[in-house]
Amino acid sequence: MSRLEVKTPSRAQATVEQLYRNMERRIAASPPGLCPVDMALNFLDLCRAQTCGKCAPCRIGLAQLSNMLHEVLDGEPDLSILDRMEVTAQTIVDTADCAIGIDAANLVLMGLKGFRDDYEEHILHHRCLGSLKNPVPCTALCPAGVDIPGYVALVKEGRCADAVRLIRKDNPFPVACAYICEHPCEARCRRNMVDDAVNIRGLKRYAVDQAGDVPQPKVAPATGKSVAVIGGGPGGLSAAYYLALMGHKVTVYEKRQKLGGMMRYGIPSYRFPREKLDAEIASILSLGIEVHTGVKVGNDISFEELTAKYDCLYLSIGAHTDKKVGIEGEDSKGVISAVQMLGQIGDEDMPDFTGKRVAVIGGGNVAMDVTRSAIRLGAEKVTCVYRRRIEDMTAQAEEVEGAIAEGAEVMPLQAPLRIEADENGNTVALWTQPQIIGEVDKAGRPRPGNAAVEPLRIPAEVVIVAIGQGIETRGFEEAGIKIQRGGTLSANASTQLPDMEGVFAGGDCVTGPATVIRAIAAGKAAAANIDEYLGFHHEIHSGVEVPVPSCTDLRPRGRVNPTERDASERKCDFACIECSMTDEEAAQESSRCLRCDRFGFGNFKGGRVDKW
Amino acid sequence: MVNFKINDRELSVKPGTTILEAAEKAGIPIPHLCYLKEINEIAACRMCMVEVEGTDRLVPACNTQVTEGMVIHTNSPRVSRARRTNLRLILSQHNSNCTTCIRGGNCELQRLAQDLNIHYQTYDVQPERSRVDLSVPVVREAGKCIKCMRCVQVCDKIQGMNIWDVVGTGSRTTVDVKVGRSLKDTDCTFCGQCVTHCPTGALTVRDDTNRVLRAIADPEIITVVQVAPAVRVAWAEEFGLEGAKASTGRMVAALKRMGFNYVFDTNFTADLTIMEEGSEFLERFTRRGKHRWPMFTSCCPGWVSFLKSQYPAYKEHLSTAKSPQQMFGAVVKSFFAEKIGVDPAKICVVSVMPCSAKKAECELPSMKAANGDPDVDVVLTTREMCRLFRSDFVDPAELEDETFDSPFGTGTGAAVIFGATGGVMDAALRSAYYLVTGKNPDPDAFSEVRGNKPWREATFEIPGAGKVRVAVVSGLGNTRKLMEAVDSGTVDYDFVEVMACPGGCAGGGGQPIHEGKELAASRGNQLWKLDAKAPIRFSHENPDVQALYRQYLKAPLGERSHRLLHTHHD
Repeated sequence: MSRLEVKTPSRAQATVEQLYRNMERRIAASPPGLCPVDMALNFLDLCRAQTCGKCAPCRIGLAQLSNMLHEVLDGEPDLSILDRMEVTAQTIVDTADCAIGIDAANLVLMGLKGFRDDYEEHILHHRCLGSLKNPVPCTALCPAGVDIPGYVALVKEGRCADAVRLIRKDNPFPVACAYICEHPCEARCRRNMVDDAVNIRGLKRYAVDQAGDVPQPKVAPATGKSVAVIGGGPGGLSAAYYLALMGHKVTVYEKRQKLGGMMRYGIPSYRFPREKLDAEIASILSLGIEVHTGVKVGNDISFEELTAKYDCLYLSIGAHTDKKVGIEGEDSKGVISAVQMLGQIGDEDMPDFTGKRVAVIGGGNVAMDVTRSAIRLGAEKVTCVYRRRIEDMTAQAEEVEGAIAEGAEVMPLQAPLRIEADENGNTVALWTQPQIIGEVDKAGRPRPGNAAVEPLRIPAEVVIVAIGQGIETRGFEEAGIKIQRGGTLSANASTQLPDMEGVFAGGDCVTGPATVIRAIAAGKAAAANIDEYLGFHHEIHSGVEVPVPSCTDLRPRGRVNPTERDASERKCDFACIECSMTDEEAAQESSRCLRCDRFGFGNFKGGRVDKW
Repeated sequence: MVNFKINDRELSVKPGTTILEAAEKAGIPIPHLCYLKEINEIAACRMCMVEVEGTDRLVPACNTQVTEGMVIHTNSPRVSRARRTNLRLILSQHNSNCTTCIRGGNCELQRLAQDLNIHYQTYDVQPERSRVDLSVPVVREAGKCIKCMRCVQVCDKIQGMNIWDVVGTGSRTTVDVKVGRSLKDTDCTFCGQCVTHCPTGALTVRDDTNRVLRAIADPEIITVVQVAPAVRVAWAEEFGLEGAKASTGRMVAALKRMGFNYVFDTNFTADLTIMEEGSEFLERFTRRGKHRWPMFTSCCPGWVSFLKSQYPAYKEHLSTAKSPQQMFGAVVKSFFAEKIGVDPAKICVVSVMPCSAKKAECELPSMKAANGDPDVDVVLTTREMCRLFRSDFVDPAELEDETFDSPFGTGTGAAVIFGATGGVMDAALRSAYYLVTGKNPDPDAFSEVRGNKPWREATFEIPGAGKVRVAVVSGLGNTRKLMEAVDSGTVDYDFVEVMACPGGCAGGGGQPIHEGKELAASRGNQLWKLDAKAPIRFSHENPDVQALYRQYLKAPLGERSHRLLHTHHD
């Protein structure tokens, strides 16, 4: 026997390590709608396999909780079992020696609070509230319910124009989403179980780039009804698009000089080229939509005038006001908001930062947008300061990496303290208080606190505040529209405003700042509900036949990720930084799709919604 | 000193004191199941949880040290609910057939369930499946194991044998023999220390009382029972008797009520052992060059088994003398059978021993009587003897003292100390001195070998023989240290006494079990007192032993002795 041995993993351990990775991916690919009680049981069983067995509450308690969960799912006990489960889990939390037991029992406690209805349904009615509303994970998770397996199959066949037509059935902005969608569809892609999610957005980008200009379908016969859409962003234009297709007369009122909303006045052109945006808007307007830009409802035309003039109104005014940090010196010259700066750029009025040092406050996608724009506007140095850690930033990781690659300095754990100005009121520096990361808050994010370190002076002539947007509700509130706490309009899931006959609302102004695809989804829902409200039931379909797959290739294969232009080159201009897939890449990537519309539950129920 | 508050009382303790110790000092009991001071402070059972102000979870009292300003609540509603839940959880994996359990009435789990007033079980009861092997003296019933890990720790840390281990992972984690073997395939010495430290009936010594009852009931069979020295100072604990009521005489009276035909004393053969082993030592000592040194005692079967498996090269260092138990069987099935005119095959020799390893010893093929039968037929532990009394409704408290039967009923002070660590050495030296010089030494001349230090050394001058370097050790963990020292040549001894159990037979694996108490030392002291009071304190002066030599054996190490009383340790 040797005294010490070099640790080499056994074959069994190496295999288990691989299985752990498989399980991680499998959990990522969980279809939405599964029974939460059943999932809790199975998570718990995993946890109880992890216990070391030393302490009684963890070793036995987790097993007994599992027994009780089985009983619940079998519909055997009465409601008192929930109290017994709670006492057991709480005792494990209170008395287990380490995180294995404590965290596992916490998981049960969270479920007892978070989905008590599901527990009670099993116990009282011996049935489950969970159901696979849509067995196709990507489509289920797309707010607009785009037929993703359908267009991926069309791309695979080289039918890119048909792919665009199929997307337009649910989303009139295939091009915008090809460039800037945050692709929630990829999060639970079943392909994760095999290797990794399909690069869905990348395939859409390939489709729109290949398809070019695809003519719009014919609109339905005129209904004689008129609808005004207030706000010409992605949500408003989506509603306008479908309502126009249905034969209604649509008029769009836009406060700004141009249509597009945040796609123009929030998203820089290096992410979504202006000519692509203009072309897509032009295509939508080709359905015969009337547009009034530079008109501010409340100033130029009153809300009452609109309600009198139109049969129906759709409010999609977005979230375009800026938020203040509330620190000393925020009114100094050189301090601007991200909304202000990106809006200016959207109107082609480019600020000149040549030779200036720029400090950006914030950690979201907008902060990255202004950071990267500032670099392109000639700034000598751009420093992005954020209160938490880099991994806590709400910006997408690739945006942060992109900014750093382009030379931005990201300084995490810095809370803005004050802005220093010279005697003329010109900004000279941003002072920050270094932070230490601390306890995790209720939402699961660690909270920063002041570190016992001296404040930091970051010399800067320009400070850009990018800490979120608000909603401009003036003009609407006076007209009697209810504003909720937090400043959003209160519309229900069917986009209708309470106590307001014929007025609908959706998008950022209802949800708070969100994504383009969510605004599009709200516009789509509003169009359907307005159509019903006006007494019609027009159906939207694409007329595209989706190819039937023969079989799918389940051999693990790497995901084709987007490539970008070289950082040193792209940082000098506002041209698109992301490259399209090659034909070869698109063929390979599209063949990775598992066609959940066809295989599994999909060929039984809910695999495809042909029309709505 | 560290100042703290416990249940609203302000106290202070030495730094490093645990909450459990501090509370016990203040007279505040905190329940616990797995805790064994310094041996098992792993906080596995979570019964000793207490509330400490300023911490969001409960903390285990057994391994959390008191800190300055700590405010402790040992009985808050939260603590009490957590304890009760945890105990219910433990009970949910325990086969609670307390009515028929060997440890019923002396079980920590049972006591705690009663103390915490738990009478209804909310959880499914799913004890682990037990596969019981009765072919060995130590029996594990998995369904009763509460995974306190005491057995693992006692075997590892006190006995150093590493027989038990945690096996499996996840919620099926349990305790079993290390690396998936059966107990009978291990080096287990069956010392029984795991049994006496088990809080429940998961580890027990195999019950052989039915075999004894059958023998007593059989009119064809003559039953002869012998009682080992250490039994007499412990048996009364099982009946809560003290003082005069805890006498050897009452135990003898109770055994006679049971219906044994002859009730003898192992002390008799302890004296005989001294004659043989002492003579053997002198024989070797005076022919030093012919033998390997040191010579080891051979009366403890746990030790003999240890030496054979762990240090087989040292087998021939063992005295060839059988242990008193085996010598007893050997003379009963030869000399005594002849004397009463009975076929030895019709004699059932029963031993009552403080020991579980004796059950394995009597089954060894090297321990056969002249007729080929085992010297000893059945070994009972002290605990089994007491259970036997109970089963026949014999109440020792109500009996008068009676004496052992003749001729094997006498024993000297030198014999009774066989039950305490150092006793065999002390007795052997007393007689060796006599055998060499022809004169008795002061009976307390060798008291340096007594005491509670686990490993003791002394050198004595025996006129005519020279300096004798002796050592005494108890507990197998200590024994291993001694053997390593012997093996590496860092110590040099002539004669070494080894007892497998800490404190010797008084703390044997067959003795009454008292939670949280180690009674070897106090029982041993009683044995030394019996020696001090004994009218005869030299084995060679035992009149019955002298008679046995005159009438039958002739001389120590003689031909008959060699055949009956000595063995080989292969």
